[in-house]
Amino acid sequence: MSTVIKTEPNAFKDQLAVRSWKLPLTFGALALFAILVFAIFGPDGRATFRLSQDGDAWQLPDLVLPAKPVGILAAAGCVALAILSYLQTKLEGRTRRSVSNAFTVLFVLGLLVWIIGGTKSQNITLVGLFTGAMLIITPLVFGSLSGVLCERSGVVNIAIEGQLLAGAFTAALVGSITGNAYAALVAAAAAGVLVSVLLAAFSIKYLVNQIIVGVVLNVLVAGLTGFLFEKIMKIKVQGVTVYNDPPHLPNLPIPLLSDIPMLGPMFFRQSIIGYLMLVLVAVIWFGLFRTRWGLRVRAVGEHPQAADTMGINVNRTRFINVLAGGAVAGVGGAYFTLVAVSSFSKDMTGGLGFIALAALIFGRWNPIGAFLAALLFGVAGNLQSILSLAVTPIDGQFLAMLPYALTILAVSGLVGKSRAPAASGEPYIKG
Amino acid sequence: MRDPRGVEANESDQPAVSAGSLTGDGPADGGAPAGSAGEAELTGVGTSGRLPSTATGGDGDHTGKRIVREIMSGSALVSVLAVVVALVIGGLLIAVTDKRVAAASGYFFAEPGNTFAAAWTAVSEAYGALLRGATYDPGARTWLGQLGIFETLTFATPLILAGLAVTIAFRAGLFNIGAQGQIILGATFAGAVGFGLDLPPVIHLLAVIVAGAIGGAIWGGIAGVLKARTGAHEVIVTIMLNYIALSLVLYLLKNQLKAPGSTNPVSPAMKDSAVFPLLLGDNFRLHAGFLLAVVAVVAIAWLLNRSTLGFELRAIGANPSAARTAGMIVSRGYIVVMLISGALAGLAGVAQISGTEKSLDSEVAGSIGFDAITVALLGRSTPWGTFFAALLFGAFKAGGTSMAVNADVSIDIVLVVQSLIVLFIAAPPLIRAMFRLKTPSTRGAGA
Repeated sequence: MSTVIKTEPNAFKDQLAVRSWKLPLTFGALALFAILVFAIFGPDGRATFRLSQDGDAWQLPDLVLPAKPVGILAAAGCVALAILSYLQTKLEGRTRRSVSNAFTVLFVLGLLVWIIGGTKSQNITLVGLFTGAMLIITPLVFGSLSGVLCERSGVVNIAIEGQLLAGAFTAALVGSITGNAYAALVAAAAAGVLVSVLLAAFSIKYLVNQIIVGVVLNVLVAGLTGFLFEKIMKIKVQGVTVYNDPPHLPNLPIPLLSDIPMLGPMFFRQSIIGYLMLVLVAVIWFGLFRTRWGLRVRAVGEHPQAADTMGINVNRTRFINVLAGGAVAGVGGAYFTLVAVSSFSKDMTGGLGFIALAALIFGRWNPIGAFLAALLFGVAGNLQSILSLAVTPIDGQFLAMLPYALTILAVSGLVGKSRAPAASGEPYIKG
Repeated sequence: MRDPRGVEANESDQPAVSAGSLTGDGPADGGAPAGSAGEAELTGVGTSGRLPSTATGGDGDHTGKRIVREIMSGSALVSVLAVVVALVIGGLLIAVTDKRVAAASGYFFAEPGNTFAAAWTAVSEAYGALLRGATYDPGARTWLGQLGIFETLTFATPLILAGLAVTIAFRAGLFNIGAQGQIILGATFAGAVGFGLDLPPVIHLLAVIVAGAIGGAIWGGIAGVLKARTGAHEVIVTIMLNYIALSLVLYLLKNQLKAPGSTNPVSPAMKDSAVFPLLLGDNFRLHAGFLLAVVAVVAIAWLLNRSTLGFELRAIGANPSAARTAGMIVSRGYIVVMLISGALAGLAGVAQISGTEKSLDSEVAGSIGFDAITVALLGRSTPWGTFFAALLFGAFKAGGTSMAVNADVSIDIVLVVQSLIVLFIAAPPLIRAMFRLKTPSTRGAGA
């Protein structure tokens, strides 16, 4: 009875959505890997995850997982999801987001148990793994948020690294001079803005290729901070370095909330910069996707002519967003010298700005996505440093590659297509 | 197969409306404030935000006229002024942070002359040391120290090769930030052959060179294939590949490529038959890799300006849509150019490992991959421009060391000056505004 009605929309749908087999194929390959590595050749050891730290108010028992059975389960789940992805692609033209998310979680779980079960040494505190990751990811998230602000308005920000480094340096210098950590924080934001002013002026006003400006600004900031570090920060007065001794921002645990197992140590025992990060993720997400301002910014980033036609000042919007991004990244840089270590050293950001760029892309230019991507990268990085001395089934260097490899897969559309704002990188000339 | 009309369309660079899709670069092109052809290359106004090839270093027929026009229009003048302004700003930094200047400025209002004298001394000492270190220093004790010019050439060698890698990708409209990773891979491959195999003298060195080029080409090719097949942005991919290369070489140095008995992640030394012969005897480090670099410049200049392939690459860079319309296969062009670009960067890796380093460690690429980008920009994406820019940066490196030792000015100031040069060169309107130069007529600029 309904043949006509039924085939019509399907045919229409097929025409609209080009069926891509990349995702099912990738999942299939990964599932095969899971069967071979997690299940068949899985280690016989146990993976012990400690869920509580010693000082916690409520102690949870350790989670002990036998590596092989869990590996088999994870592999089976991966296979099932890969088949599901195949069927969905065949019938609906695309794999649902929930399936790909579930696949990712299951695969990571299997990988984690495999690595830890095969490691001959210690137990892994799951809390430690995540709280340690939180320490790494704080500057990462700030950097990514800076990127989100810039790129959503259509300016590519390769200078995140430079902004972080400028923030770190300025925070150390101003903190040492004033002795006030909050003044240092403000100064760091100002330093980030300063880098952004250059980025915005050259790319928006003088129409220099944005990627070139970004690359060059990174070199400029590295050179400038390095030079001033040698010239100013190494000055010693009575054997003490006076200009490289910034105050430390203490951790401020939130009562009650910080005692929640797992979540407490992760989110509620941070410095003020850490809390600011959580707030900013939420605020920027809300701002971009739920307010008039955000709609305008996104319009400028996707289709500047249309935005201009509607009376939005494209270049002013971009300028403001780039400056805001600089302030955010500058604060993130302050984390290095005010929280992580209490002194500045040359090139101390060590390429984190580029991982932030990776997190931004892997998180699909979305603040929350970028936060989760940064969390994943942070866990991988932390796992690498925890396991660096142990004998593991996988070398730590491969864990170190993970963020970059995932980002390449993401931009090439193998694991979910990550698409940049359409006008990102394009200068806009009214006319 | 190549329709001459497509060619014309490309040369006059009518902004094909389809090229920039809806993003508004099309109509803007004619009135690009950047002005002359040589400048459009860096402004990204030309075609859809990409680096279009410049008409400046283009085909040879009009080279003579073009040089005249260049000088008249002040394009070359802008480059020189950019260097001068960058040096002045660097000098200000040196003066402001100098101890003697600080001491003299304490009584600035009583005796302002002293402050300026101190500043002059500080700056002239620093730049003097830089210049002497890079060229000729009669006061030095060793031959090597006296004739810094050869040290300049040594430092310039990998920069020329890696700069060419960035240049050729630029001309095809691709931004290869991955020279760093390609150098590492090239050096790794070259090293594996250089200390892993026993071959007769000349053949061994040739094998090392080929292996290095292949290693770099693989790494560049990944970015090219992904760009061509999936549209993945080459900037992102090459940045990520840089870090993957670093992790990979660290892994290999811990395992397969580690020198036996060593606790550090360093490879065994290259066999004697696998290193470049020294050109000027044992007193200088200058090696035959420099000759390889010069040959590469000539070859790439020929490839870009005289060959069909080079024409195709430039057409793709200037306007991919027009190139496609003219029957060129854009995706194949992307792959080919990234293979060549990677191979050149791989040769820079060979110059490092067979020329100066002699063994592989994770620092083998230094900062050459990133310096190469600035070199290519300063060289305005032409092979010979890149060559001279690399010589300048080589001089900065050689002189910077002597400046750090003799004038107590950190070598980081060189980074500042280099990046400022590129910023100013990339924004000619800024320099023009600074010196009130006339904006050249856009006529005949071609882009």
